[in-house]
Amino acid sequence: MTDAISIDLTLTWALLLAFAVYVYVVLDGFDLGLGILYPLFPKKRDRDLMMNTVAPVWDGNETWLVLGGGGLFAAFPLAYAIILPALYPPIIAMLLSLIFRGVAFEFRWRTETRRGEILWDAAFIAGSTLAALSQGIILGALLQGIEVEGRAYAGSWWDWLTPFSLLTGVAVVAGYALLGACWLNLKTEGEIQERARHLAWVFGVATVAGIVAVSVATPFLEAAYFERWLGWPGILYVAPVPVAVAAITFGLARSLATHGRDWVPFVLALALFLLCFIGLGISMWPDVVPGEVTLYEAASPASSQTFMLVGAAVLIPIILAYTAYAYWIFRGKLDPDEGYH
Amino acid sequence: MITITRTRGPLMDTFLGLDALVLARLQFAFTVAFHFIFPAFSIGLASYLAVLNAMFLFTKDEAYLRLFRFWVKIFAIAFAMGVVSGIVMSYQFGTNWSVFSDRTGPVLGPLMAYEVLTAFFLEAGFLGIMLFGRQKVGPGLHMFATAMVAVGTAISATWILSVNSWMHTPQGYGINDVGQFVPEDWWAIIFNPSFPYRLAHTLTAAYLTTAFIVGGVGAWHLLRGRGDNRGVRTMFSMAMWMIAVTAPLQIVLGHEHGLNTLEHQPVKIMAMEGHFESHDDGVPLVLFGWPDQEAGEMRYGLEIPRVGGLILEQGWNGSLPGLDTVAAEDEPPVALVFWTFRVMVGIGMLMLGVGLWGLWARWRARLYEARWLHRAALLMGPSGLVAVIAGWITTEAGRQPYVVYGAMRTAEAVSPIDAQAVGASLIAFVVIYFCVFGAGVLYILRLMSHAPEVGETGARGEPGPVRTAGVTPQQQIRRSHVGPDRRQET
Repeated sequence: MTDAISIDLTLTWALLLAFAVYVYVVLDGFDLGLGILYPLFPKKRDRDLMMNTVAPVWDGNETWLVLGGGGLFAAFPLAYAIILPALYPPIIAMLLSLIFRGVAFEFRWRTETRRGEILWDAAFIAGSTLAALSQGIILGALLQGIEVEGRAYAGSWWDWLTPFSLLTGVAVVAGYALLGACWLNLKTEGEIQERARHLAWVFGVATVAGIVAVSVATPFLEAAYFERWLGWPGILYVAPVPVAVAAITFGLARSLATHGRDWVPFVLALALFLLCFIGLGISMWPDVVPGEVTLYEAASPASSQTFMLVGAAVLIPIILAYTAYAYWIFRGKLDPDEGYH
Repeated sequence: MITITRTRGPLMDTFLGLDALVLARLQFAFTVAFHFIFPAFSIGLASYLAVLNAMFLFTKDEAYLRLFRFWVKIFAIAFAMGVVSGIVMSYQFGTNWSVFSDRTGPVLGPLMAYEVLTAFFLEAGFLGIMLFGRQKVGPGLHMFATAMVAVGTAISATWILSVNSWMHTPQGYGINDVGQFVPEDWWAIIFNPSFPYRLAHTLTAAYLTTAFIVGGVGAWHLLRGRGDNRGVRTMFSMAMWMIAVTAPLQIVLGHEHGLNTLEHQPVKIMAMEGHFESHDDGVPLVLFGWPDQEAGEMRYGLEIPRVGGLILEQGWNGSLPGLDTVAAEDEPPVALVFWTFRVMVGIGMLMLGVGLWGLWARWRARLYEARWLHRAALLMGPSGLVAVIAGWITTEAGRQPYVVYGAMRTAEAVSPIDAQAVGASLIAFVVIYFCVFGAGVLYILRLMSHAPEVGETGARGEPGPVRTAGVTPQQQIRRSHVGPDRRQET
């Protein structure tokens, strides 16, 4: 009886954390994507506008990353204790990059010289791009496996660096740029929107290429992955995922080509990320450190998970409500001339 | 598998002669001290902004709106720096202290998760509305958003101080078969014995810190001959009231916190008070001295007989065991604890002095003319930040050699990572923090150096047309609507 409850709790927490990480990836994904796209919009007026589309919401978006990290610490402390030291350099790189990205939002408006503006634009670009790259590398490094001994990481501090983790790193950069372009398409009009839509094409192609490359490589990382994706009859159950990716890609291309409604490409990009997430879940389940530690082995005691779940069940819907409200207040297209009347 | 396998080779045990444990401790101390500067300021400032906003709505006095807009720009910068340096903290438990994370995660993780769910989202969700949304949502909802940000900062402090206090006075837990601390009584964990004292002391410290910064900025403008600017006068007056109330309150709270520490962490008090020897008939107060931990004695000690016992409420003939009753491997670094404690208490006394001085000047109706008071307030402007950092060093170093007092040593807690990795990241943190946060502090000082004027702009060119709109356009500031009481202005 107790076992049944704790199994449910662990699964619930796994799903909740997956949800938090997904929300982080897509929300901060478009913020970071804007930073990645910044070099392609050299005009100050465009850059001001781009930053203003996310200025009121970026901090909330980044908070989901803290929930992801804090939630892992709370619900799966053993996983947190193994994964973070194993991925030490890319995690530190991500944190430092997020510092540059985050302060650029404020500092950019406070510098009084052209040189200062160039400096903080550069910080925004480099911070956003390196944070995205680090996050992609973290994903790849986790997926390819981590050496564990007892309850601790047992590898060296460069184990994370492989062609596969670099591939996932680049794929995530492309994916975030796609999200950023779709967000701009949604929030702007005129010339800048035209450019955004064009860039959504470019990075859409790059993202799908990245998804295909990672998907082809993944089954060969671990025998378990191969069995799950290409073994019989597993392939029957997982086949809908690639089929759905193909369908969404087609829809995204069609929407961009036919100048459909402005929110459609953004929503389809979110769906593409969701499918990638489902694919990841299929590969890793029921492990949290692939091949080494299952979610159940890493889980904190039922008393910890229950205590948090009570709060999460009440608070997460409230958080979603006021976050949605904040987005609603700042809805609609931004006019680049406002503020200059 | 695509993984490139590497053998560990000769183990990289040290970096510049320091081992991974020392480096990880240095990194944590550096990043947490740097981080805490921002919340110490923004917790108080968020509440101050809520008060200013409410005062404006209540009195319709333009001076309050002007001050709100003046300080909200500074808040935006300080808050952003607090957020980005705070995310580092939430991951550093795992990267550098993985054994600690594994073992305490079941107890401390949920408290931190609650901090995220109840505080971080609240602050972040309403920050955008507070900074950019006044015209979009109207004054009522804008006030609500400002209040939510202030409440969020206080809730955040509450949870994280509960976590920290549990590490000082752990209770309500058991140990499972893999050595993890597992929760048995959440009420006992959250409301552990040192938590209420630490919470009250730290929150008051944040308010006091902010009051001194606001007062220092006001004093600077008064010294620059801007005494006829109502914004300047109002901020200086409000700050001096706040200091007069919180400085004495803080001394009382600090004293109570100290008595609580004596009960639960007596060794820390021995180090704070510099008692190497036990006393059984009257406990002296060591004012100053040079603690020599090796020799186990206080060199050049300046003592007042029996007063230490009175302060610690042990009585005239009271007794107190000293560090001679503690095994050497269980002693904290005495000199560090002893001296940082004196820095904090010394600043606290000076703060009390400024508070009394302000009351006296106000009583004599010379609050805006007393130049020596203004000079003192300016000099003391950043003193709160120094005091909070000193106080944190006292309490954290005083807990050593334990990370969870009496239950887990700091040396056991560190991650199994190469000293090289920690050393490299430590250097990166130091360089980047000084450059980035140095620039931020510079921008804050620059904003502070302009007096809050009529038609002060908000975070992004407020007042002006609706929406978040680009850089502060100068021509718009000049033409922007003017407060109702302009004729009172110079």
